Amino acid sequence: MKPAPALAEGFPDLSGMRIAREPHWFRWISAALIVLVLAAIVRAFANGQIEWSYVGRFLTVKVILEGIVNTMVMAVLAMMLGIFLGIVVAVMRLSPNPVLKSVAAGYTWLFRGTPLILQLLLWFNLALVFPTIGIPGLWTARAVDVMTPFLAALLGLGINQGAYTSEVMRAGMLSVDIGQYEAAQAIGMGRLRALRRIVLPQAMRVVIPPLGNEFIGMVKATSLASVIQYPELLHNAENIYYANSRVIELLIVAGLWYLLVVSILTPLQMLLERRFARGTLRLAR
Amino acid sequence: MTKPLVAIRSVSKNFGEFQALKNVSLDVWPGEVMCLIGASGSGKTTLLRCINQLAMIDSGGIWLDGELLGVREQGGRLHRLSEQQIGRQRLKTGMVFQRFNLFPHRTALENITEGPTQVQGRKADEVRAEAIELLRRVGLAAKADSYPAQLSGGQQQRVAIARALAMKPMLMLFDEPTSALDPELVGEVLAVMKELAKSGMTMMVVTHELGFAREVADRVVYMDQGAIVEQGRASDVLGAPREERTKAFLSAVI
Repeated sequence: MKPAPALAEGFPDLSGMRIAREPHWFRWISAALIVLVLAAIVRAFANGQIEWSYVGRFLTVKVILEGIVNTMVMAVLAMMLGIFLGIVVAVMRLSPNPVLKSVAAGYTWLFRGTPLILQLLLWFNLALVFPTIGIPGLWTARAVDVMTPFLAALLGLGINQGAYTSEVMRAGMLSVDIGQYEAAQAIGMGRLRALRRIVLPQAMRVVIPPLGNEFIGMVKATSLASVIQYPELLHNAENIYYANSRVIELLIVAGLWYLLVVSILTPLQMLLERRFARGTLRLAR
Repeated sequence: MTKPLVAIRSVSKNFGEFQALKNVSLDVWPGEVMCLIGASGSGKTTLLRCINQLAMIDSGGIWLDGELLGVREQGGRLHRLSEQQIGRQRLKTGMVFQRFNLFPHRTALENITEGPTQVQGRKADEVRAEAIELLRRVGLAAKADSYPAQLSGGQQQRVAIARALAMKPMLMLFDEPTSALDPELVGEVLAVMKELAKSGMTMMVVTHELGFAREVADRVVYMDQGAIVEQGRASDVLGAPREERTKAFLSAVI
């Protein structure tokens, strides 16, 4: 073999030269255009038939604030019910038992397959099917008394959510390496303990972004409960404009509050993600 | 006379059409270090997994410490044991995997204490002290609070060995423990295994590290196509193989 030659001629020395900043003309022009369009929209609304003073006045009125509290209470409770059902159904779906598997698949099929608003109406009108409900001999009650707007909304939203969440949870569990199940079995763990201690905590990392998505969806889906008289944000806004006819103003009030709530939820989700990212390389470094 | 710790009798295992184990019989004696060698697909890993019941055998029987694994005989028939009973039987064996399989969301120390506290229900502080001692034994006392992702492959595998030892098993199963490691990290894991062998632990090691087998193994078993072809002292099987297939395998490996 020949000895390595000296470096060849003809390649100039570039050391010490900086990379120049490009002017990016197109970005500046497009940004200016977008600002212009936005300004035009704002101007149109400012001059339109909207009494902005009403928006400001009703933004913090007691009925609206109560509506937000009810919206958030319902969203959190229904989501908790949804996550609980979702985990149970996902575990059933992945179980070797064919009976559990079919029940889980049937649940998902039924509650994903029909519109949410229809399910809410069905729960609310359950008294038409079963005038009295209860355990024979122990306790009975009239269904109209039991199935309040609150309970109907909770069952409708939560059970529907469970059908979607179960698929998110199943995806999360499938994302955990099979070696993790085996390692858990090798130290004597049963299936359920391995799921609880080893698999689910790792699946959580994967499922939090889609669950955050689902929760944001849930906050807005609570507005559907206005059709069954649950006093959430949209329902209360509607009640006000039935009285004073300021329809658009109150819808804007409700819209602003929904936007605000969702804006607060996004950083909360990031905190949760960090909590469950324990031990992953990105954080370990 | 002592009894074998593991007695394997006429064990067969199929994966669909593929016969992973064909009528395998083998004894492992207390304190023995056995190395299983052979090409991939020869059934050595499957044999190990059957002893730990991560795979269920199709026919034959495996006795561990005198107890029939996975099934019980009643009225001339075999009935599968419940998951709890199988879990209890698994506690007698410790398994070390090729790809470590540490729990990534738990620190090195928590990986070791998980089994004793959660499965055996032992006291946390007592288990913790033992775990720290085990980490010291595998040379990782300083890494107790590190997550697996912060450890090298060799360190992770040493933690995995400590995790298996924490259950106080009678038998340690090693499934190609150094195959997934960079060459410069193999030695530290083998050193821990040698130390363990010296302490009198009964070990079954599936490995391609013939140097380790020659130095440490009491017996080397060569498997091919789901059957045991040749077995004996390491110096005999590796130094002067009798079977043609063994000779062909060894000349291909070295």
